[in-house]
Amino acid sequence: MREVGPGARTTISFKVNGGAVEVEVSAEDRLIDVLREGLRLTGTKEGCGIGECGACTVLLDGKPVNSCLVPALQVEGREVETVEGLAKDGRLHPLQEAFIEHTAVQCGFCTPGMLMAAAALLRENPDPTREDIARAISGNLCRCTGYHQIMSAIESAARRMRAQGPGASGAGTSEPPGAPVVSEASRREIHSRDSAD
Amino acid sequence: METARDKAVKDGPQDEFSIVRHRAKRVDAVEKVTGRAKFGADLYFDGMLHARMLRARFPHARIIRIDASEARKVPGVVAVITHEDIPGARTFGPVKRDMPVFAFDKTRYLGDGVAMVVATTLDAAEQALELVRVEYDELPAVFSPEEALAEGAPVLHDHAPGNIVNHHKVRKGDVDAGFAASDVVIEREYRTQFVEHAYIEPEAAVAVPNPGEGSVTVYGSIQNPFTARRVVAEVLGVSLNKVRIVQCAMGGSFGGKDDIMSCMCARVALAALKTGRPVKMVNTREESIVEGYKRHPYVLKYKVGATRDGKLQAMEIRILADGGAYASMTPFVTWRSVVQATGPYEVPNVKTDVYGVYTNNTYAGAMRGFGSPQIIFAHESLMDELAAELGMDPLDLRLKNGFRSGSTTATGQVLDDHAVSLVEVMQKAADAIGYREKRKAYAEAARRAGTKKVRGVGLAASYRGVSLGGEGVDATGAIVSVQQDGSVYVYAGLAENGQGLRTIFSQIAAEELGCNLEDVVFMDTDTSLIPDGGPTVASRSTTMGGNAVREAARKVRETLLAVAGEMLGTSCEALKASGGRIFVAGDPGRSLSFGEVARAAYNRGELMAAFGWYKGPRVWWDEEHGQGRAYFTYVYGCQAAEVEVDTETGKVRVLKVAAAHDVGRAINPATVEGQMYGGVAMGMGYGLLEEVEMARGVTRTQNFDEYLIATSMDVPEVIPIVVENPDPYGPYGAKTIGEPTCELLAPAIANAVCHATGRRIRELPLDLEKVLLGRSLKAARGKRGSEQA
Repeated sequence: MREVGPGARTTISFKVNGGAVEVEVSAEDRLIDVLREGLRLTGTKEGCGIGECGACTVLLDGKPVNSCLVPALQVEGREVETVEGLAKDGRLHPLQEAFIEHTAVQCGFCTPGMLMAAAALLRENPDPTREDIARAISGNLCRCTGYHQIMSAIESAARRMRAQGPGASGAGTSEPPGAPVVSEASRREIHSRDSAD
Repeated sequence: METARDKAVKDGPQDEFSIVRHRAKRVDAVEKVTGRAKFGADLYFDGMLHARMLRARFPHARIIRIDASEARKVPGVVAVITHEDIPGARTFGPVKRDMPVFAFDKTRYLGDGVAMVVATTLDAAEQALELVRVEYDELPAVFSPEEALAEGAPVLHDHAPGNIVNHHKVRKGDVDAGFAASDVVIEREYRTQFVEHAYIEPEAAVAVPNPGEGSVTVYGSIQNPFTARRVVAEVLGVSLNKVRIVQCAMGGSFGGKDDIMSCMCARVALAALKTGRPVKMVNTREESIVEGYKRHPYVLKYKVGATRDGKLQAMEIRILADGGAYASMTPFVTWRSVVQATGPYEVPNVKTDVYGVYTNNTYAGAMRGFGSPQIIFAHESLMDELAAELGMDPLDLRLKNGFRSGSTTATGQVLDDHAVSLVEVMQKAADAIGYREKRKAYAEAARRAGTKKVRGVGLAASYRGVSLGGEGVDATGAIVSVQQDGSVYVYAGLAENGQGLRTIFSQIAAEELGCNLEDVVFMDTDTSLIPDGGPTVASRSTTMGGNAVREAARKVRETLLAVAGEMLGTSCEALKASGGRIFVAGDPGRSLSFGEVARAAYNRGELMAAFGWYKGPRVWWDEEHGQGRAYFTYVYGCQAAEVEVDTETGKVRVLKVAAAHDVGRAINPATVEGQMYGGVAMGMGYGLLEEVEMARGVTRTQNFDEYLIATSMDVPEVIPIVVENPDPYGPYGAKTIGEPTCELLAPAIANAVCHATGRRIRELPLDLEKVLLGRSLKAARGKRGSEQA
């Protein structure tokens, strides 16, 4: 992790959903700020800001983290996956399909974090029990669904992904083809904290 | 004029549905699973400013002076706004106009907004907030209804010298005679707590100034766009048509994004017009919990009398509701309480008084249930206590007194025009959980000493008035517009809150038109596009809005069938429309696609859009005598719970819940079940986990580390039982499901815990200490044990 004093700004490079990005950050910025304000990847949600609700769950080097608790400087050189990267080549991830089929979505605010927690689980454990699933998403609060349809969806996606084999959509961390992308948006500074005026 | 009965007859044989009653996928699911759905905080506009609120320092204080001169000097600060900047109304409120958009004379709770900083960055705004100087004169305050009603108590509002928001009553028969005729009379007191909606999305709004003078568009997580529009227009001092409210995706509401969002919309709108730039405000979780209104805590005193054989003779009920600093929905919430306070039982003599009271606590308003969870906790605990006194089984006592067709409610309403399915839902829930066997088996097991973990089973039942009832005007509208290629827009005056309204309305439109569900697009609720259809509250969407959508779609279908009839050389009466085709009934070979007919109708210059408007059947309420036809129809529900209690720790684990709800007709069984699972989880939280702790006006539980809602590890196995008795007034017979699912589990758990342990707990939530010790360690609901003097 790079040393940066309070208020000073520096540029970090990392990968988001397979593409390389460079973003200017300050020491106070959190990963969620970089994703939402800097890169406008607003699929990642902020619900509590203290790592309790899980709405901001993303994968950092394949592991689920609360992006509201991760200092932006810590992601230098690492790989971040967000809900926007789940669908590949215009095809929904089996988890996304299963969430739709099982009516596992109501208001949808917890959904991105829930999907990322579930994706991490299925990479670690392709054949989870209902108990495993409940444990894996126990850090993701949902106020609408009571969780049952979500857990059924994850079970169903796991079955489908096992049937499709290891190459199933989104089941691995394989990078998409093509050169790394540095998007226009990614060069923007973190907007809300330093809005262009 | 078509009567409800005519309509029921017409709907009756039409049991072959192609889209309604099917487990259709939610129409908004793809955008939500891909992260593309835009919630309020996800919106960005060029040149957008950020706004932050300064809130009250004292729960009750006079404001002497507000000095923002230092704050204005912070680089990046564009404006600091206070009550002095308001061109129109300084206060708002759904019933009483008592809530300030910016506090001007006094602060009455710690969530009051005193000043707003608008800046180019959040950092600058936060820095400036600390430099706003407010001079206060602190006033004595009251923190419970009992304190507020005491002689000489400090007064919050000049218009309410006794701190009473409202008093509702019900009077039926003669309670003194009823108690005299009773063999058994018991009196009990129950208490409930402040509860947070805990939607996962905190409040957010963005206002964008329009080119026209004094005109603004506000986007955000707004439960009731038309309510917000009225408040914004009044605060800005402009006409309604200068304000446009567009609802974003809603990250949950449960009744909670009403008043607080009207206020937030007014604040950002004011800032946008003052600065000429888009202004965004997003609450942190802590701000959301401190500012947002809660479910009311109630103190409920019940006296009930019955004859030895268990027939209820009289109930006398007195309820105090802590309304907090502002009236908000308290008058309506407590009205539902007064109507339904006896529960779904025939009681010949009733005297009920419910008082809403002002205190300097956080204010209370609408939350899923709306005055029912509190009274159901009381009357359903009471029924079990009475059964114990009579030596009867609690279910038998309920069956003996429960409403049946032709029963008369406490308000004198005869239940004779819909299926009164109370007995059916009670028996179905009881059977599903194995109530009779477990009631016996666990009672015997409990007698065998030495078990640390004991089990119990209990249930609770309710009836619930559908929609607004005597609260007020009950009407709403929808537009169905078919395009020349056969695709369809639906617009509605009611709004998606996450519950699935878009899907239900789209299903109804597609069913009625005969097109495919995929061809329907539900448009964002936008106050500039459709007439005011009232609020999305009171579980009224499917019944009221569903009828309006159906009416609109039916009109368009008539136009399309007339065109198709000409094209196919037959009368339109001979045609059917279903599955994207319009065909001759009994001769499906003679058919046209929906798109072909739409194109032909377009080319002939036919009007392919229609407006549907549905006005609820007449209800009435006599406030003076506390009698009336309170609601036009009712739903019936019963939830049964099986629990395991650890007698060494006080931990209650809910093992299984059977939830039986009569929904009239399930437009979408999958979303109905989703409401049941979600309502059960929230109801369990109310019973066991959730409490917003107030300590002399200070909200102690400000985030999810202390305010505990159920996780995936806490929720019980749920058996959802969808009971369908089509209602004469609902679309396809559909009634309601959102709120009933959330009002029953707390008392069912309390009854099951009592069955398991023999200990009756009369105060929510049933946390460890209450189960283990029989009392709360949070003494006097004020200070924690360690903080007592």
